[in-house]
Amino acid sequence: MSAIGLKDVRKSYGSVEVISSIDLDIEQGEFVVFVGPSGCGKSTLLRMIAGLEGIDGGTLSIDGVVANDIAPARRGIAMVFQSYALYPHMSVYENLAFSLRIAHVDKAEIDRRVRNAAAMLQLEPYLSRRPRALSGGQRQRVAIGRAIVREAKVFLFDEPLSNLDAALRVATRIEIAKLKERLPDTTMIYVTHDQVEAMTLADRIVVLNGGNVEQVGRPVELYESPANLFVAGFIGSPAMNFLPCRLEHQGERTLVQIDGAEQTAIAFGSGGRSGAEAGTLGVRPESLHIAEAGAALITGMVELVEHLGEVTILYVAAGLGQPVLAKLSKTQDFAKGDRVSLSAASTDLYAFDASGDALPRLG
Amino acid sequence: MTSISQRSSGGRTVRLVALVAVALLMSYPLLWLVASSFKPEQLIFSEPGLIPSSFTWANYADGWTRVGIPFGAFMLNSAVICILSIVGNLFSCSLAAYAFARLQFPFSKIAFGLMLVTLMLPFHVTVLPQYIVFQNLGMVNTILPLVLPKFFAVDAFFIFLLVQFIRGVPRDLDQAAEMDGCNKYQIFFYIIFPICRPALVLVAIFTFLWTWNDFFSQLIYLSQVERYTAPLALNLFIDATSGESAWGMLFAMSVVTLLPLFILFVIFQKQIAEGIATTGLKG
Ligand SMILES: Nc1ncnc2c1ncn2[C@@H]1O[C@H](COP(=O)(O)OP(=O)(O)O)[C@@H](O)[C@H]1O
Ligand SMILES: [Mg+2]
Repeated sequence: MSAIGLKDVRKSYGSVEVISSIDLDIEQGEFVVFVGPSGCGKSTLLRMIAGLEGIDGGTLSIDGVVANDIAPARRGIAMVFQSYALYPHMSVYENLAFSLRIAHVDKAEIDRRVRNAAAMLQLEPYLSRRPRALSGGQRQRVAIGRAIVREAKVFLFDEPLSNLDAALRVATRIEIAKLKERLPDTTMIYVTHDQVEAMTLADRIVVLNGGNVEQVGRPVELYESPANLFVAGFIGSPAMNFLPCRLEHQGERTLVQIDGAEQTAIAFGSGGRSGAEAGTLGVRPESLHIAEAGAALITGMVELVEHLGEVTILYVAAGLGQPVLAKLSKTQDFAKGDRVSLSAASTDLYAFDASGDALPRLG
Repeated sequence: MTSISQRSSGGRTVRLVALVAVALLMSYPLLWLVASSFKPEQLIFSEPGLIPSSFTWANYADGWTRVGIPFGAFMLNSAVICILSIVGNLFSCSLAAYAFARLQFPFSKIAFGLMLVTLMLPFHVTVLPQYIVFQNLGMVNTILPLVLPKFFAVDAFFIFLLVQFIRGVPRDLDQAAEMDGCNKYQIFFYIIFPICRPALVLVAIFTFLWTWNDFFSQLIYLSQVERYTAPLALNLFIDATSGESAWGMLFAMSVVTLLPLFILFVIFQKQIAEGIATTGLKG
């Protein structure tokens, strides 16, 4: 029995389908991250789980019980809003205590839980302050504190770091990871458009695009074996390079041919496909290295060099419209205008068919 | 550097003088009223200046008891009506505004439009039908016709003001409260109502102002002298038939009647300005 179960869940605004048939099971204690570009329906899906948006089709179950029509407060779910949504007229203490007051929890118990949460989040010195008198990071912690105080089984986070500056974002991200360790039985669902947050926090990532689930998997899984072009392009920074190629399916095998490449006859599993089609070859910037003579995958002129200290990023114009990025660990000297040949180990290459689905690897 | 600051301070002086002049001009009738209340009756219309040549408290002492009932009783009547009107308006208008701003109900848009139309309806159009209704209800010559409607959100202007204010309050707050277990009424009482405070201060002050200064509807509905409000009592000082009006006492009691308004503005000056500034803007 999963903590949260989504089965064929749908949502439309008017005639626009925002969530189209999502199936997903989330186990108790899991940290699941919904990631995807802006407007893909992450918040909507989260709010449907919270009960703030109605569900147009399918079923949502919580602990095995159908929860489509259960009121938000009775779902055992707490939510941390992107805007924090702290009550501006209440002190931090009152903000934390509010849900318990509404639930008529007795005073001593409220006090115990509020102080407990405040201690956990280092909010003790600020309990009597109004939210207005807090910094962004402190407000963020109060918002999380409200969820902790409720002792909810499920925490929902909607882009909780998006209003913080870069340094604070990293610090708060680590705080959230620690919080998860301290609350091992609490299921957490976290929405972000930032794949770094997703990769660092998640037990499991759900990649959403246009209201559909593109892939569900552990962070490393998504990085190492993306199911399709979208996931391949979304996970990893800088993003994977895509090169147009021809796929020739020959029985069990598919041969990949790239125009102008010396490195030829890269083989993938055909996955039952047959014939020939135009496809895409993917290679991550960090997989590329300077090619040995006669083995180049990509040859082109250096457009731009970014020295980041431990790595150098080359932008190589290879006649594809988009420059090819290469992340080279050796701080070799490159200058704009140099001709370079790049290649990658065949185990670091990905092939996608005309519809964007990944071809299986051989062996 | 110096020339700029000199020029700007010169400009400031000119502006200040102009403002003071206009302020004096605008408040001249008021100052004249106050000055005249301290003059003996025969000097009021013969001596034009603001500074009385002979100063007397007699108008205040005599005016207070002139009608037979101490003037304070009328002030109290006014105050009771004002307080009940304020309480009524604060709750009924904010509840109505919350409904218009946040709840979805059938014909809500049309209802909102109709409510706005009543803003343009002249008072004189409704006064007669209203009077007949209250007469049939047996409420004439009580304060109920003046007070009861305030509990049913009849002041469209205040509702509109509050709707605009509530629309500026982020909906996330409502939803956070919903997650915290509030129903719609609890969201209103615990979240929306307290957040509307700046706008509510404005509602309270204007309700007070308009009710305290009201003459016409109080005149229509109150006929027993004991129930008269301060403005109605002031009217007793003018005797149209004999032509023997007690101007000095009228002015003195007018000043007394104005005092609460004056004190109110002094105390709430900041909130009034704040309320006007924040109303309709994002909260
Ligand atoms: N109340 C609404 N009415 C109509 N369309 C909406 C509403 N809320 C969200 N949408 C649309 O639904 C899509 C998904 O929104 P959202 O879930 O907020 O995206 P995300 O959080 O992934 O950025 C967007 O295209 C957005 O324009
Ligand atoms: Mg969002």
